[in-house]
Amino acid sequence: MNPNPNPVWALVSTFGLLSLFAVGGANAAIPEMQRIAVDVRHWMTDKQFSDIYAISQLSPGPNVLIVTLIGYAVAGILGAIAATFAMCVPTAVLAYGVSRLLARQTGSRWPAIIQAALVPLSIGLMGAGALILTQTTDRSFVAAFVTGAAAVLAFATKLNPFWMFLAGGILGFAGVI
Amino acid sequence: MPSDSLPAGPSAPVIPKSVPPSVIALFLAFAKMSVAGFGGVLYWARRAIVDQHRWMSADEFNETYALCHFLPGPNIVNLSMVFGARLRGIAGGIAAFTGLLVPPMLIMTALAALYARYGEVDALRRILGGVSCAAVGLLIANVLRMMAPLVRRRDVASLAMLVVVFVTIGLVRLPMPLVLLVAIPVSIAVTFAVRRKVSA
Repeated sequence: MNPNPNPVWALVSTFGLLSLFAVGGANAAIPEMQRIAVDVRHWMTDKQFSDIYAISQLSPGPNVLIVTLIGYAVAGILGAIAATFAMCVPTAVLAYGVSRLLARQTGSRWPAIIQAALVPLSIGLMGAGALILTQTTDRSFVAAFVTGAAAVLAFATKLNPFWMFLAGGILGFAGVI
Repeated sequence: MPSDSLPAGPSAPVIPKSVPPSVIALFLAFAKMSVAGFGGVLYWARRAIVDQHRWMSADEFNETYALCHFLPGPNIVNLSMVFGARLRGIAGGIAAFTGLLVPPMLIMTALAALYARYGEVDALRRILGGVSCAAVGLLIANVLRMMAPLVRRRDVASLAMLVVVFVTIGLVRLPMPLVLLVAIPVSIAVTFAVRRKVSA
């Protein structure tokens, strides 16, 4: 492989392209981000990737800002900014263009068909992201139990996710997980 | 301008659809909902845009969100651009977009710097390990919640597409663009065929 002289450009090209395939939003892109950052580019370990995922979930702002963390790990502050804008600008411009286009001709049923067709794909992608992350996070029985409990609680109740993060953090700190 | 195109006379009572906000107001509103948005910005965006400022009706908001959901990329970021541009042109779009992104990006950069420095400290490693267990659980719950309507409808075609993507991306670990370049046209064709059969 040819050595890439400029990591910022690598971030811009990676996330600029990836954003165009992120059907269903940022969480659908998790598996591809992990594949590129860990397996292809070796920017970080799988443990660092799952840490970064946790940090991005703990912090305010849109989920997509996990790319800010990846960008910083690769190329510092410039990398953080470059990765964020590369991931967000192309699709925002596309969305603006399409919204202008659709404003003129309404009543077409194609947007609804395309939307319905993309739903199962984005669920499949998010499921794959969950599977990939569990392979890193759930290496003990207790860890798998915490993940399972959080999944059941979040699915069946309206409990604020903050409490689950807190419980996970305390159990982790105590060395149980 | 919308106020000029109203068909009614100047004294007609106008339903309180408030005046379009200034570019600065857009920036601030999106910055606020973004930083308040623990656990997803969508909830706060709907609250601010529909309930608080009444910049859009609930239906308009849903339509705009649906558009941004079927387009690729971070939905809420797309929404900020489309929404800001609808109210205040391109400058409004950029204001909402930067308001949504820049403040949390600065917070995230600070956290990234802390992680780069202290990420190897044992206690922090353990805490983050525990938090990520819970975070993955939430992701699983999200997937199950989105799957539930497909299961309830016994939508076999969609569930099959879902499984194919899950296996090829999650287990075989094929590149996402490759999988989607095949899966998107196939899924659209299947959806189209199913709907035609239903309506026929």
